[in-house]
Amino acid sequence: MIKTGNTHSELADKFNRDKKRVEWHDETLWFVRVKRDKAALQIPVWEQLREAASQIKNNVLGNLHNYLVQFEKNAQANGIRIHWAADAKEHNEIVHAIIKKHAINHIIKSKSMLTEECGLNEYLENQGIEVIDTDLGERIVQLAHESPSHIVLPCIHWKKEEIGQLFHQHLGTPHGNADPQFLTAAARTHLREHFLKGRVAITGVNFAVAETGEFVVCTNEGNADLGVQLADVHIACMGIEKIIPQRKHLGVFLRLLARSATGQPITTYSSHFQKPRAGQEMHMVLVDNGRSKRLASDDFRNALKCIRCGACFNTCPVYRRSGGHSYHTAIAGPIGSILAPGFDLKKNSDLPFASTLCGSCTNVCPVKIDIHQQLFKWRQAVVKEGHVDLSKKVVLKFTGFVLSHPLIYKLSGTLGRWVLRNLPVITNTRLNTWYKQREMPPAPKQSFNSWYKQNKRV
Amino acid sequence: MNIGLFIPCYIDQLYPQVGIATLELLEKQGLNVTYPANQTCCGQPMANSGFEHYTHTSNKNFIRTFADFDYIVCPSGSCTLHVKEHLYVANRKAQATQIRNKIYELTEFLTDVINLKALNASFPYKVGLHQSCHGLRGLHLAQMSELVAAPFSKPEHLLSMVKGIELISLDRHDECCGFGGTFSIFEEAVSVKMGQDRVADHLNHQAEYITGVDMSCLMHLQGILNRQKSPVKVIHIAEILNADK
Repeated sequence: MIKTGNTHSELADKFNRDKKRVEWHDETLWFVRVKRDKAALQIPVWEQLREAASQIKNNVLGNLHNYLVQFEKNAQANGIRIHWAADAKEHNEIVHAIIKKHAINHIIKSKSMLTEECGLNEYLENQGIEVIDTDLGERIVQLAHESPSHIVLPCIHWKKEEIGQLFHQHLGTPHGNADPQFLTAAARTHLREHFLKGRVAITGVNFAVAETGEFVVCTNEGNADLGVQLADVHIACMGIEKIIPQRKHLGVFLRLLARSATGQPITTYSSHFQKPRAGQEMHMVLVDNGRSKRLASDDFRNALKCIRCGACFNTCPVYRRSGGHSYHTAIAGPIGSILAPGFDLKKNSDLPFASTLCGSCTNVCPVKIDIHQQLFKWRQAVVKEGHVDLSKKVVLKFTGFVLSHPLIYKLSGTLGRWVLRNLPVITNTRLNTWYKQREMPPAPKQSFNSWYKQNKRV
Repeated sequence: MNIGLFIPCYIDQLYPQVGIATLELLEKQGLNVTYPANQTCCGQPMANSGFEHYTHTSNKNFIRTFADFDYIVCPSGSCTLHVKEHLYVANRKAQATQIRNKIYELTEFLTDVINLKALNASFPYKVGLHQSCHGLRGLHLAQMSELVAAPFSKPEHLLSMVKGIELISLDRHDECCGFGGTFSIFEEAVSVKMGQDRVADHLNHQAEYITGVDMSCLMHLQGILNRQKSPVKVIHIAEILNADK
């Protein structure tokens, strides 16, 4: 079980104490969802594109080994040094070894959810290496000693006034200045210093093309490009599922990615990296970290199709009203709730329940991951492995028993309604979770069943 | 055509008038409807909480109760979807599959099976339609806003046959209400906030009634409306379609 106070529902309860803030958070993300809808509507073949993307990813997952070997061969021929990491620890050690070889204690990084998944920043900082995140949003949460609350919009939970205050503290901007343009300029000046002295630059990877041995990084700020073009060493970190067979398939994914993420037709920069510049070292670390295990699971395999667009976050009515940090995992939201249990079922046993199973996530997903179906299946897995409160188990076992026996069901119903009608003192208390903010349902004297018997004479 | 009426447990116990309206509405269409008295529940409360293995006996009961009908009709999108997706008993696979294929939610039965063309119903009020998620995205009772596809709506099609009704438009026309079965208890804060937001959308557009195909969502919204002492009422779609008095 998870420690009391740290479950999604408890953290969400805390988040909901500031009602105005919840409403602001919800509206902000809903705005992004609406932008996504508008962008999708511009593409009459949107649903066919989603289907094509889904099929390409299915093909990748069915032939992952071959594509990875092909990619390695072509990338190496291009001059990229390939490293394989079985897990997060190996990934971090490989990255550290490369940095150490160059005797550097300061690196810059452009947003990579994989390095968040692996806890790279913390690992490197413990080795005495300063890591500067160069994406604006990521830098903001880094200055605040927080983790991203969203995979595409990492500081979406911060208001501009709060960012003004944070920059005042860390970057010396004038107190009370919350002008986004001014703050962005201040961040730009601050980051430029780091770009200029960054000898090693780490980036994530959006797509790696098996056919050509190249990889593609999509950003809006251009910071990944700036970082790696100035650095002597470029380390790209990638989960093994990010491979695509051919360059032409980018024509499907690049059309879907930014539209799904933010409603833009395409990210400002879709940068292709095929070989190091003269004198530069280019490394790629290919990380498994549980992906092979997931690949073997019929129920959960297709979560590996994810292209990290964040559309499921923006559409999720629960995410919008509970905030990314209530998911207590690197990747929050609906996709995080089906990925995290694969890493540690016990620690994340609450996340599959942080959903109404409304199915909106599944239907915005550009690669058609059956997210809400997987949430249902993870719930079964959580219970089977025993990571569930005894009280919940007892209540549901009893419910199951009652609903299995028509006579007991009828008697319980009659008794329950009688209590609701005559002893509201039992039900209308703070101990009754339903009643805290909702009135109890009506308790009619007669059930439908008994009405039918009386009126239809059966 | 021999129709078995499946009245979900919470409708049976808490909202008998919805069962009555459903039965009357079907009978008005000249259909032969039977309500088998030994029915209980589709098993969803257990299954959605991760205890699908506790539904074995209730599933057996469901199959025993409904196997012999030509059609099964149910005034709930959520329970219908649950049966369609999850009804399973190891040694009764064929019967379970048949039931999965012949169970219909009420509005899809009226629209797709008997092709209802007209209704003698009147409901002169401003009504907000709450699109319950399982009916919408699971059974495709209407087009969901996530997809780039032609709009349609079976519940709206039926409501358009009702005299005097004024369907209001909503800012978010298919956002979840936050009920989610046991979610309403185990994630109380978010569940209630979602419900309050859904209610506010209807109130902002001057709804006098909130209707839908799922009384469970409506029960959650009713709890919130009543706590706010709002005069706005919830009403199941069957009650509106059957309102000819």
